[in-house]
Amino acid sequence: MVGFFKRFRNDTLAMSVSFFLGTVILLAVLAPLVAPYDPTAQNIINKFQGPSLAHWFGTDQLGRDVFSRILYGGRVTILVSLMTMAVTILIGTVLGVLAGYFRGRLDDVIMRICDIMLSFPSEVLILAIVGILGTGIANIVLATVIAKWAWYVRMIRAIIIQFMDSNYIRFAKVSGCSTGHIIRKHLLVGALGEIAVLATLDTAGTILNISALSFLGLGVQPPTAEWGMMLNEAKNVMTTNPGQMLAPGVAIFMVVAAFNFLGDSIQEAMNPKIDKVFKTRRSLFGAMFGRKKAVIE
Amino acid sequence: MANLLEIKDLEKSYLQVGTNFKGARNKILNGVNLSITAGSCVGLIGESGSGKSTLARLVMGLEKPEKGSILFEGLPVRQWLKNNKGKMSVVFQDYTASVNPRYTVTEAIAEPLCASGAEKYLDWHIEQLLVRVGLEPEVKNRYPHELSGGQLQRVCIARAIATKPRFIVLDEAISSLDVSVQAQILKLLHQLRVEMNITYLFVAHDLQAVAHLCDTIAFLYQGQIVEEVESGELARVNNHYARALLASDIPFEV
Repeated sequence: MVGFFKRFRNDTLAMSVSFFLGTVILLAVLAPLVAPYDPTAQNIINKFQGPSLAHWFGTDQLGRDVFSRILYGGRVTILVSLMTMAVTILIGTVLGVLAGYFRGRLDDVIMRICDIMLSFPSEVLILAIVGILGTGIANIVLATVIAKWAWYVRMIRAIIIQFMDSNYIRFAKVSGCSTGHIIRKHLLVGALGEIAVLATLDTAGTILNISALSFLGLGVQPPTAEWGMMLNEAKNVMTTNPGQMLAPGVAIFMVVAAFNFLGDSIQEAMNPKIDKVFKTRRSLFGAMFGRKKAVIE
Repeated sequence: MANLLEIKDLEKSYLQVGTNFKGARNKILNGVNLSITAGSCVGLIGESGSGKSTLARLVMGLEKPEKGSILFEGLPVRQWLKNNKGKMSVVFQDYTASVNPRYTVTEAIAEPLCASGAEKYLDWHIEQLLVRVGLEPEVKNRYPHELSGGQLQRVCIARAIATKPRFIVLDEAISSLDVSVQAQILKLLHQLRVEMNITYLFVAHDLQAVAHLCDTIAFLYQGQIVEEVESGELARVNNHYARALLASDIPFEV
């Protein structure tokens, strides 16, 4: 693990992305302290103002401060996504490891249940569940978890099976290591990189998902601020004030992209071979367009 | 001497790929009988696909036999393994995949030691083991990819003997090394066997190596042991397949 942090620290992109996400999450958590205005306070006279010192990102169609709304919206969007991700990955890891390690009957049962879940298109399933349970943030989280867990069980099981086939697991079994030891020290550590990648990418996907549902009016209800819902409100005034879409749109884009980059960097830092054989230095530009500059030392 | 291992009428088959619903099975082992006396070295020779590795996996208790029995001192494999932690070990052919790439040499060797509860003087113990297999103690902080094939296979052997096992399965343990290194490793294996009184099951397709190290050689052909001979009496082999295998070997003096 020491090597992981060393490699992670040396990756400029990873560090800047983590710093960015850390700042965003901190701002979201501390929104009540940081936000200059009440996110729901209306001031119709001052609607559609451009950016100014008083209103950094301007004001919306009801004269509410967009910057404050972005901060409060991030609270909902990011924190709810992180929570959803944590629950999904937890279910996925537990069931995936069980299925992949023990195989046999248990594997069959878990996989068939997953097959059933996966035979529904996830978007339709989410809409159906929200339709049954009613709109609201808790129901969205529940629906997303129900729709997604099977997919993660499959992914994590596949990763685990790949490890189970390696000789070091066989050796550990023969030499009398306990099941717990093998799962903790070989499987989880080995799969951690890939699970972390799944988790970060999943967070990005969930942010989009929750924003999309709020955009459709199924998630967060007004007047609570949420990025997707802000986009939805901006859509109504798209022809007259297209600038309204900028703040929530860019916010979603930046955070989703940052999570994607983070996932990529974690995967690279998990691999001890990169450290000694060659060191990858990447620029933000290079990462965006998938080019990696390898500097052989 | 008493038999350490007794295999009786062992059968194992696998589902054929793509025929799950018809239930067609590939019979790999078809009534294998083999006994290994304590302290001996048995070579298991067979061509690719003859079931050598399957037999090795069954002996290690990684898979369950369909019919027949594998008894260690009268106990089924898994039971014996539970009672005798760390008393069986294995060295694989593919050394690159037999050490976790995230583990240093120390961590890899410490694993079986910790599993069998020998955590005292761990560092000293590991250095001793490395010296014993002919490596510098300095390699202990290296990762597997920083070692050469021969070095890594020596680490695997050090790891295998760490818990002072009574039985080691050498699953083609020298097959992927180059010839000069093979000779060194064979010498090391022989030396360890004499010093520590370990019983070997040497699975291989290379007759020269097996003849050099083993007392008894068993020929596995189409899922059955077709002949068992003392290593000094290879010339007196009767079985058709075993003769063919002997004749096909490139002769040179060992």
